[in-house]
Amino acid sequence: MAWPFIAQMNPSADTMALASVEYDLTKIEPGMQVTINWRGKPLFIRNRTQAQVDAAVKDDGASMPDPQPDAERHKEGKAQWLVLVGSCTHLGCVPTVGGGDYQGWFCPCHGSHYDTSGRIRKGPAPLNLVVPEYAFLSDTKVKIG
Amino acid sequence: MLRKVSLLAAALVLVAGPAFAASEAKKPADIAFSYEGPFGAYDQAQLQRGYKVYREVCAACHSMNMLSFRNLADRGGPFYDPKYKNANDNPYAKAIAAEAQIDDLDSETGDPIKRAGTPADRFPAPYPNAIAAKAGNGGALPPDLSLMAKARSGGPEYIAALLAGYKDAPAGTAVPPGLNYNPYFPGGLIAMAAPLAPDKVTFDDGTKSTVKQQATDVAAFLMWAAEPKLEERKQMGAGVLVFLVLFSGLLYASYRRVWRNESH
Amino acid sequence: MSGHSTYQPKNAFSRWMDARLPVGRLVWDSFVDYPTPRNLNYWYTFGGILSLCLGVQIITGIVLAMHYTPSAAGAFNSVEHIMRNVNYGWLIRYIHSNGASMFFIAVYLHMFRGLYYGSYKAPREVLWILGCVIYLLMMATAFMGYVLPWGQMSFHGAVVITNLLGAFPIVGETITTLLWGGFAVDEPTLKRFFSLHYLLPFVIAGVVVLHVWALHVVGQNNPTGVEPKSKADTVPFTPYATVKDGFAMSVFLILFATFVFYMPNALGHADNYIAANPLVTPAHIVPEWYFLPFYAILRAVPDKLMGVLAMFGAIGCLFALPWLDTSKVKSMRYRPQAQLYFVIFVVTCWILGVCGGKLPDDHVIPHLKTFTLFDADLNSYVWLSRITTLYYFAYFLVVMPVLGLVEKPRPVPETISSPVLGDSDKKD
Repeated sequence: MAWPFIAQMNPSADTMALASVEYDLTKIEPGMQVTINWRGKPLFIRNRTQAQVDAAVKDDGASMPDPQPDAERHKEGKAQWLVLVGSCTHLGCVPTVGGGDYQGWFCPCHGSHYDTSGRIRKGPAPLNLVVPEYAFLSDTKVKIG
Repeated sequence: MLRKVSLLAAALVLVAGPAFAASEAKKPADIAFSYEGPFGAYDQAQLQRGYKVYREVCAACHSMNMLSFRNLADRGGPFYDPKYKNANDNPYAKAIAAEAQIDDLDSETGDPIKRAGTPADRFPAPYPNAIAAKAGNGGALPPDLSLMAKARSGGPEYIAALLAGYKDAPAGTAVPPGLNYNPYFPGGLIAMAAPLAPDKVTFDDGTKSTVKQQATDVAAFLMWAAEPKLEERKQMGAGVLVFLVLFSGLLYASYRRVWRNESH
Repeated sequence: MSGHSTYQPKNAFSRWMDARLPVGRLVWDSFVDYPTPRNLNYWYTFGGILSLCLGVQIITGIVLAMHYTPSAAGAFNSVEHIMRNVNYGWLIRYIHSNGASMFFIAVYLHMFRGLYYGSYKAPREVLWILGCVIYLLMMATAFMGYVLPWGQMSFHGAVVITNLLGAFPIVGETITTLLWGGFAVDEPTLKRFFSLHYLLPFVIAGVVVLHVWALHVVGQNNPTGVEPKSKADTVPFTPYATVKDGFAMSVFLILFATFVFYMPNALGHADNYIAANPLVTPAHIVPEWYFLPFYAILRAVPDKLMGVLAMFGAIGCLFALPWLDTSKVKSMRYRPQAQLYFVIFVVTCWILGVCGGKLPDDHVIPHLKTFTLFDADLNSYVWLSRITTLYYFAYFLVVMPVLGLVEKPRPVPETISSPVLGDSDKKD
């Protein structure tokens, strides 16, 4: 009997019908990032420079709270493109790009530092920035969700 | 004992209070605005000058969605005239509103038309939506100014300092294209180019139109826009406080009288 | 409370009523004839002040709800509509927003008073716990109320606080989704917060009734901590306590009015005058001042789950307090060592509040770099909050139990009205 009154709190049908987003990558200059709205959350698409990719790969063996090689965080052969949910895994603030000790992202709320692969390196966040489900429709077009 | 604690706490409030304001950018200089203090009121001439700066400079890029033309003629506003109790009748508000072209629908055909504004209309926005505003300004969105004076720490002083504070970047600071150096802006790099220049706005009351004057006047105008009921609030506050102090005195006298024969 | 009622119905109607629903008798026994210790000082007036605050918040809140729109698109504008267009809307809204702060000022003083005079000790454990429940409900209500204007701080404050619950393993994510009604804080979240923000004050009022009931069963504590033994120790509530409470309320209202009329935004945050934008977090996100100490405790702990547990534990300590304090003497007036620890505790809470308002890595003493301990410079707010967090917990979990056993209190008077020979601390 009580269940309907609890279940009504859960996401409603229209919220569940998740829209996917397509984005044209030609608009992003190397080293830049765009933030788009996806399911009410910010989504980062970053065009990494070679130096940033190298920095991320170099640290693959470093000790970190949530170890993951850079290669698992981007699509094969598309090392320059990083697509991440822009929500700090600590308490959900939006990290600012290019800041912090590792030049990836820095979360202003509680000081979490992410590297150029979006991996958590320092601070209270427990996990890396989440890589959503996405696919390349062509070399310049990506579909998220 | 508790008394000592409360004194200590009071002292800490005094010491720690100002420390709450985080500061990395340059601190804006204090300006003695007429509306400060317990009996402060807006300087109408200053608001009129500030409105002119807003309309001729700021309004080209910034919206001010919360305000209507009638507000200009509200009590405390730049064109308030006690003769017109209803702000909608104020000739200044009417004349200013009539200069604006407002989107509307033809009431018979339903076709979109433009018509002259009335005092009840809101200030028209320079861009149809936020995306257009961004696109028209190199990707940076000019924020709405309705609440600007309350939405930045430092308030009107910060706005005045920022507007008059553009400088050449110090050696070693790279200024990317599309950005400008301003020591008062957090981070130092602001997308808005220096908006004011000497004599860019001609003041009708003959006030010399320096950058500093324009910046201060528009800051006062924005404060009025953000807090239009300030005068009313301060006036009522004085009355309420006088009443409360007298009432407290009365209650204290009763308290002494009730307890006069009781040891405690 | 004392079983024997002195209520004498004065006319035919009140006699008729008294035989059917003795409301008059209840009021008479609770607020007129009710014996109060004669030595209550001004720290004991905050109970009355708090009921005033609750009343003010409920009345202004009901009125504001008549003009407010609980939707993501309309909330921010409707608050500005109240501020600009509704007659006296600015006054009512400023009373409501500052009223929350006043409520918390009063409740903190009320709690510190209870802590100092041992008002949580037997037989007042239930009274104290009901008070803690009210405090929890107040925090929930204030938090949800702060979300309603849908400014930047509202939105991102809601994001941070709801994400706290996501720290719990396994159930965390389910709970946050249930709370949000979506995959992020959004329209459904705002609507349910509005509904609950309207409901909870009435729940608070209900618990306040229980709190007052419990108070009238066990009687008020007093600065000596000695229970009243005879009529000489007490005075009737009316007029003695009513006039004193009335005077204190009036003085409190002067403070209240000063904020409302002369610095209505001093306790708020500038970022909340910017409409919510889910894509940008303000550079420096802080909760309202009354949550800052707990926020500092949250940030002091480097692990997410442990931080959340520490924060909830800080409030949990209050619930356990009646059993943590082992002292036989109730009032700290006769416990010189406890006084010292108490003062340090109050200062600690204050410092935690300051830390909560700062960026963790900022230097406490400007421009002084010391050395890095673990993850941050020793001269940083994160380390200051760690040290103070440690003391916060030590006060409840170590000082309270141990000090009660080892401390030698000063002599306690026989009764309230008989002073102790050689007691020099009578005045406080």
